Amino acid sequence: MAGLGPGTENNAFSGRWKRGSRGAWVAKHRDHTAYIGGMRPQDILMPVAAGLCCKPGGFHIDPVRPVERAIITHGHSDHARAGHGAVLATQETLDMMRLRYGDNFAGSTQAVRYGEEIRLGDIKVKLHPAGHVLGSAQIAVSCKDLCIVASGDYKDARDPTCAPFEIVPCDVFITEATFGLPVFRHGNAADEVKKLLASVALFPERAHLVGAYSLGKAQRVIALLREAGYDAPIYLHGAMEKITRYYESRGIALGDLRPVRGMKKAELAGTITLAPPTATSDIWTRRFLDPVTAFASGWMRVRARARQRGVELPLVISDHADWDGLTATIGLTGAGEVWVTHGQEDALVHWCKTKGLAARPLDLVGYGDEEETEAVLEGEEGGA
Amino acid sequence: MNRFAELLDRLAYEPGRNNKLKLLTAYLRDTEDPDRGYALAALTGALSFKHAKPGLIRDLIMERTDPVLFGFSYDYVGDLSETVALMWPKVALAGHNNPPPPTLTEVVTRLRTLGKTELPTQLARWLDELDETGRWALLKLVTGAMRIGISARLAKTAAAALGEKDPHEIELMWPGLAPPYLDLFAWLEGRAEKPVNRDPAPFRPVMLAHAIEDADFVNLDPADFIAEWKWDGIRVQAVSGRDERGHLQARLYSRTGEDITKSFPDLLPSLHLPGAIDGELLVLRDGRVQTFNVLQQRLNRKVVSPKLIKDYPIHLRAYDLLGDDENDLRELPFEERRAHLESFIKKLADPRIDLSPTVPFADWPALTAARADPAGAGAGLDAEAVEGVMLKRRDAPYLPGRPKGQWWKWKRDPHIIDAVLMYAQRGHGKRSSYYSDYTFGVWTNGDAGDELVPVGKAYFGFTDEELLQIDRFVRRNTTEKFGPVRHVVHEPDQGLVLEVAFEGLQRSPRHKSGVAMRFPRINRLRWDKPPREADRLETLERMLKSVTAN
Repeated sequence: MAGLGPGTENNAFSGRWKRGSRGAWVAKHRDHTAYIGGMRPQDILMPVAAGLCCKPGGFHIDPVRPVERAIITHGHSDHARAGHGAVLATQETLDMMRLRYGDNFAGSTQAVRYGEEIRLGDIKVKLHPAGHVLGSAQIAVSCKDLCIVASGDYKDARDPTCAPFEIVPCDVFITEATFGLPVFRHGNAADEVKKLLASVALFPERAHLVGAYSLGKAQRVIALLREAGYDAPIYLHGAMEKITRYYESRGIALGDLRPVRGMKKAELAGTITLAPPTATSDIWTRRFLDPVTAFASGWMRVRARARQRGVELPLVISDHADWDGLTATIGLTGAGEVWVTHGQEDALVHWCKTKGLAARPLDLVGYGDEEETEAVLEGEEGGA
Repeated sequence: MNRFAELLDRLAYEPGRNNKLKLLTAYLRDTEDPDRGYALAALTGALSFKHAKPGLIRDLIMERTDPVLFGFSYDYVGDLSETVALMWPKVALAGHNNPPPPTLTEVVTRLRTLGKTELPTQLARWLDELDETGRWALLKLVTGAMRIGISARLAKTAAAALGEKDPHEIELMWPGLAPPYLDLFAWLEGRAEKPVNRDPAPFRPVMLAHAIEDADFVNLDPADFIAEWKWDGIRVQAVSGRDERGHLQARLYSRTGEDITKSFPDLLPSLHLPGAIDGELLVLRDGRVQTFNVLQQRLNRKVVSPKLIKDYPIHLRAYDLLGDDENDLRELPFEERRAHLESFIKKLADPRIDLSPTVPFADWPALTAARADPAGAGAGLDAEAVEGVMLKRRDAPYLPGRPKGQWWKWKRDPHIIDAVLMYAQRGHGKRSSYYSDYTFGVWTNGDAGDELVPVGKAYFGFTDEELLQIDRFVRRNTTEKFGPVRHVVHEPDQGLVLEVAFEGLQRSPRHKSGVAMRFPRINRLRWDKPPREADRLETLERMLKSVTAN
C-alpha cells in the first residue's frame, strides 16, 4: 500500500511542516500493511527509549531525546525539549519553546489549532485542549476506527488562563498519574487563594512569597488573585517575567505586575511576590522581611511534603488532575484500555482493574513533576 | 470545627513563636464562646475523654475504601490520621438540608458522654460532614495526638494577650479553671472580675533548670548556690489541701500538671499534711534507690496491682516546698523554702517521703569531684540513681518556666562509643521521606572472625543538615531493602561510623548483643573514621561491669 508513510506523498501536512535539515520526512518503516485492519493499539503507539512512538505515523509524542518528528503536548521542559527535526504543536507551545530555547529549537515547526485534523498516511492526529497550561493539548491518534488519546498532563479543574479540558472519546486512554492516589483531592483553588489573602491581611508587616511554577501555575495564581478582587501590584521573580508577559500578549489580563528586582525590604511588607519554587528556599529570599513562604502545588495536600520544603502556607493549587479528576476522566472517555504514565501508576492501574478496565503502567522515563525539577538559571533572575 | 481546624493547620506549619502567638490570639479574639474555650482546652491538653484508638480509625476507612489503595496511600502519606482525612470518601448526605459541620463544642461535649460502642458511628458521621482539614483536626483531637508544636504555655500566653495580662497570672489561676473558661475570657475582656482558684489541691507550674555549660561557671560564685543530687526518677508535685468541708484532698501531678494520682495509690496516705512538695518519684528497695529502668515498671500503668505495689515500692524524695498549709512559699528565696521543707518533712515523719540531701562544696573543683564520684560524696549506695548535680541560687524565688540563671542542671558526662551504621529506616510524619532511624552495631568475635552486632537504635541527636547527609549516604550505600528498612554497607573499610552518646546500660536478654542502652542518640558523625576502628562489644561489657560495681 503506497503512501502510508507521511513522507511518501505530498499530503496535506507536508507543505506546512517546513522541511528540516535533519530530513524528517522519509518514513523509516513502510511495511505496516500487515497490521492494517487488525491493528492493535501497541502497533500504533508504543513506548520506546525516546518516548511514545507512533511508527505508522512516523512521529514521537513528547520525546525525551532528539527525534526526526515530534508532536509536543505542552511547553513544560520535560515534555518540550529542543533538538528535534520537525515539531508539531499548538502555536502557544511552539512560542513557549522558542522563548525557552531560542529560535533554532527545532529544524522546522508547524502550528495546529485544537480540533484541526492532520493526516499522516493512515494515521489521523488531532489536538484537543488538555486544560493543563496555556496551549496544552491532548493528542488523539486514530487509525481506521481505533483511537488512542495521549493526554500529556491535564486537569479537569477550572483555569482562567487556558482553554478548558475536553473529553475525547477513545478506545485507549493514556493518562498521567502525577496525583494518582486517593489522598490527592485538590479542592477549590479559589478557596486556597482566599487563604493566601487572609494571611496577607493577618500579617501586613510580612512579605508573602508564593512559590509557583513559572509556566502556567504562576499565571493561574495571579489570575485567581485578580478574580478574588486583589488589585494591588503583584511582584515577580525575574525568572518568570518573560513567560508571564507572553501570557499577557495572548490576551490574558493579569493586572499590575512588577519586577521584585530593585525593591526595598520595607516596600515589600504586605505584598505578594511570585517566584519559582526553588527560589523560595534560597538566599534570594533574604531580600524579604520575615517572609511567609507559600507554595502553590498539589503536593501541598500532604503535610510531610509541605514541611520538607519549609513551607508555612501550603496552597493546594494544581495544574494536574486530582484522583477524582483522573478517575472521572477515565470513565468519561469510554476507553476500555488505559495506559498509565508518570506518577503513581500502581494505584491508578489497580483502580482501573477493579472497574473492569484493561490497564497497564507505561514505563516512560524522563517525565517528572515539573515543580521538582524547575531550576532557576543563572542570569534569568536578572542579577538582582 | 472548621475554624479550629484552620487554626491547627496554620499553626502546624508556622515556625515562628511570635507568629504562632498572633495566629492564636486572632483565633481567640474572633471565635465565640464556648468554642474558643474548648480550643484553648485542646491546645493546653485540658480536655479529657476516652481517646479513639488507631485501630478504630483504620477499621472505619477499611469499610469505605479499597484496602490496596489505602495501603499505597498510607505508605505515601506516613500518618494514619492524615491518610484517612484525605481519602475519606465524599458522601452525598441525604436530603436537601445537609447538616452543617459540627462545631468544636459539639464534638467535645459529645465525646465526653459518648459510649464506647457509639463512637465509630458518631465519628463516621462527623467525618462525612467535615472537609479535609476538618477531618484531619478531628482525628488528631480524638486520637489525642495533636503534636502541632504548641506548648500549653504558649496557648495561655496568647489568651493573656487578649486582655494584655501577664501570662503568669493565668498560670496561677489555671488549675482552678475548667473548659470552656467562660470566666477567664470574661475577665480577659474586662467583663468580669478575676476568677479565683478554688481547687483544694491545685498544681503549681513548675520551675525548670538550664543545662550548664563550662563557660557559665566563670560568671557564677559558688557561695551563691546550693547543690543537690540530680535524681534519675520522674519529677512530681505532691499536693494536699482541705476542701470546703475540711476534708484533706491529696494529688500527685507530673511536671506538666497531669494528674497521675491514680497510678500511685500507695503514696497517697503519706501526703497527710496540707502542703505542696516538689520532688522526685523513685522506687526504693531496702532503703536503696533503684535505677530508672526499675522505676519504669511503675509508669504509665492503668491498673496498679498489689503485686506491682509490693515489688516496686514508690518513694518521694523532696527538694522544695511551694506551699505550707495555707501559705504560698513561692515568693521566698530558695534557702528559706529549704528550711521550711526540712521542718515540714520532719513533721510529716513518713518513711515514704524523705529529704533530698544537699551536696556541700567549697568551690567548683570540689563540686566537679562530687559529680564525678557521687558515691564518695555522700550519695552512698544511691549513687547509681544519681545522674548529676543541681545548682540552685540561694536567693531564687520559685518561678514557673525556665528562668535564666536561677537553677542549673549539671549532668554526668554521657557514655560515648563509636558504632557503625547497619540499617536505616524511614521516619514518620515530618521525616517520612528521610531515612532517620538508625540501627548501629559494634564489633565482636563471630564464627568467621570479627562481625558487627547491633547494640541500639537512635533517631535523634543529629542536626537537619546531618540528617540530609546521612539520608544521602543511606540511599547511595544501600545493599538490600526490606520494606521501609535499608541495609547499609557496613564493612571494615566501608560504612559510616556514628558517635553514639547514651545515659545508661543494662543487660538485656532480648538483644543479640546482650546489652541495652538508655537514651541513645547520635552525638557526631565520624566521616573520618573507618568502621574497623569503631568500638567493640567488650568495651560495652566493661562499662556494664563498672556501672554494676558502683
